[in-house]
Amino acid sequence: MRLPGWLQNRAPVGPSADLAHRLETGRGVVLYMESVSVSFDGFKALNDLSVYVDEGELRCIIGPNGAGKSTMMDVITGKTRPDTGSVWFGQTLDCLRREPWEIAAAGIGRKFQKPTVFEQLSVFENLEVAMQADKRVRASLFAQPTAAQHRQLDEILHLIGLTPERGRLAGLLSHGQKQWLEIGMLLMQNPRVLLVDEPVAGMTPGEVERTAELLNALAGKHSVIVVEHDMAFVRAIARKVTVLHQGSVLAEGSMDQVQADPRVQEVYLGEAMA
Amino acid sequence: MAVSSVTSMAALPQDALSGPRVFSGRGWLVFAGVVITVAGGVPLFNLALPADSALHLPDYLVPLLGKFACYALVALAMDLIWGYAGILSLGHGVFFALGGYFMGMHLNQVAAQAGLYRTAFPPFMEFLQRDSLPWFWTGFGHPVWALAMVLVVPGVFAFGFGYLAFRSRIRGVYFSIITQALTYAMMLLFFLNEAGLGGNNGLTDFKILLGFPLQEPATRAALFSVTVLCVAAAYVLCRYLVRAKIGRILIGLRDAESRLMFVGYNPLHYKLFIWTLSAVLCAIAGALYVPQVGIINPGELQPANSIEMAIWVAVGGRGTLLGAMLGALAVNGAKSWLTAAYPDLWLFFLAAVFIAVTLWLPGGLLSLVTRRRGGKA
Ligand SMILES: Nc1ncnc2c1ncn2[C@@H]1O[C@H](COP(=O)(O)OP(=O)(O)O)[C@@H](O)[C@H]1O
Ligand SMILES: [Mg+2]
Repeated sequence: MRLPGWLQNRAPVGPSADLAHRLETGRGVVLYMESVSVSFDGFKALNDLSVYVDEGELRCIIGPNGAGKSTMMDVITGKTRPDTGSVWFGQTLDCLRREPWEIAAAGIGRKFQKPTVFEQLSVFENLEVAMQADKRVRASLFAQPTAAQHRQLDEILHLIGLTPERGRLAGLLSHGQKQWLEIGMLLMQNPRVLLVDEPVAGMTPGEVERTAELLNALAGKHSVIVVEHDMAFVRAIARKVTVLHQGSVLAEGSMDQVQADPRVQEVYLGEAMA
Repeated sequence: MAVSSVTSMAALPQDALSGPRVFSGRGWLVFAGVVITVAGGVPLFNLALPADSALHLPDYLVPLLGKFACYALVALAMDLIWGYAGILSLGHGVFFALGGYFMGMHLNQVAAQAGLYRTAFPPFMEFLQRDSLPWFWTGFGHPVWALAMVLVVPGVFAFGFGYLAFRSRIRGVYFSIITQALTYAMMLLFFLNEAGLGGNNGLTDFKILLGFPLQEPATRAALFSVTVLCVAAAYVLCRYLVRAKIGRILIGLRDAESRLMFVGYNPLHYKLFIWTLSAVLCAIAGALYVPQVGIINPGELQPANSIEMAIWVAVGGRGTLLGAMLGALAVNGAKSWLTAAYPDLWLFFLAAVFIAVTLWLPGGLLSLVTRRRGGKA
């Protein structure tokens, strides 16, 4: 794993012996969550949750509202500290001991459930701010994008279909365009893992289809974890689906396997899975 | 969205990123022209024209204009931290007063050492029952030491205060309230005679600065010009910052701090940097202000003073450097006139202007100009 210099200088904090053994044997696994529990005022948002994600995998997480999907992303990205459990990125980064910006710089990008872009900056500037670079103050004082970075900016703009909007204020974009811009901002960070929370909420059917295309194209180069409610969308992209319910895994497998599971049907009352 | 064709496109020319960092070539000319006209024009019309000429600039106006220039510098400092980084300080009077007091201490010490007072000490010592100055007056007779104190102490103080506040994730209105409390507490402290800074009278009776008599019109004109040059330098610095990548990061901090955090920036470092820089700029303004108005006292630390600084920026246009300076000049121009003509009305007027701008002109006075031109400033 390529860590930025300021992370490399620190003594790596190794996983526990037990976990280290599995980290070594489980080659190709990029994200481990084990026995993670989070409670808010006694309410267990995550309950002994374990999820493993492979390098290059495209994983869908589904589950009813309040199942803990966003909370799971909060834990991985350092926003919420769990009560118990462990979360490892790659073989060396203990997400529970790192700050959100350290985790982001190490290679985990995140799109929020509510699209969050810098509304007063242009589309282009949003991507520039997100771009992988030395993100300390001194570097930001003198940063001058290189030709390669300009090329990457143009590529991502093209990929997310916002080339005609490059000079437009992000606040003026449509809801769907903001979602894409945020995905573009993730890509600018060259992340190994993308966490994408409800990317097609509020999109038109055409936009949903193109988003599915985009995420499919990203898998392989990145590990992508998508939280989504839209079953047609999940069906279009999913290879492996994890069903979350009341903070723990209810079922895991292919879309067909999961849909055939009576417990899953019960949770969804049949209707949403139709 | 063309997912299938991820080929690189020809880079479009002319991005904000590759543009000139401060001004274009023509921009530099205009800027230099304005600075030279202001910094040179005021001394010229004051000193070179005979007093009976219609165009003569009266002596009393020179320090008044100098004071306005100091306020323009304060407005730049406020705009960096509030307009760009979104952190509303209602305690910038603290840094202004610190800079001012250090300059006052220097001016008092110089005059005392030159034997220009009745005793060997600054005048305020006469009613204090002490026969030596407090320890922290040591070295203030030397201009380099005084300058260093003007820059370093407010900077270190702001850094420490900011570190504690920002690290505890104090933000928004809570931060504003804490800074108000800070300036109030400092005011009470500086009122104490035991603080060794002249109590409620503050420091005054200044005589000479760098060997030049402060009462001389030529010295005052020169002080004005130096102040304008300092404002110009600060403007160039601020303009560089807001046009560099860090300027866009600060706007990101203002509008979506968590997004910024999750793309890999540590907000604490950025807040500390801009907060400390803003404090130092404000201290420089305070230091330039004191020799021109001839006094510094704890009144500068009144909470209302710091609030007024924020109002200047809001009125002129937050998030635009020119707007912030324009606001400082417009509000203080109105204040000078109103407090002389209708002293009772000033606060009502200020409140009315602030409310009117907030409701109907969120872009401030500058947006009147730029809206008509149909472009960005
Ligand atoms: N900061 C918080 N404080 C209290 N409760 C929270 C907090 N964040 C999430 N929750 C609760 O945790 C549960 C899981 O929320 P979330 O992870 O957002 O669910 P979803 O699967 O819909 O994304 C919900 O019941 C929610 O109300
Ligand atoms: Mg959610």
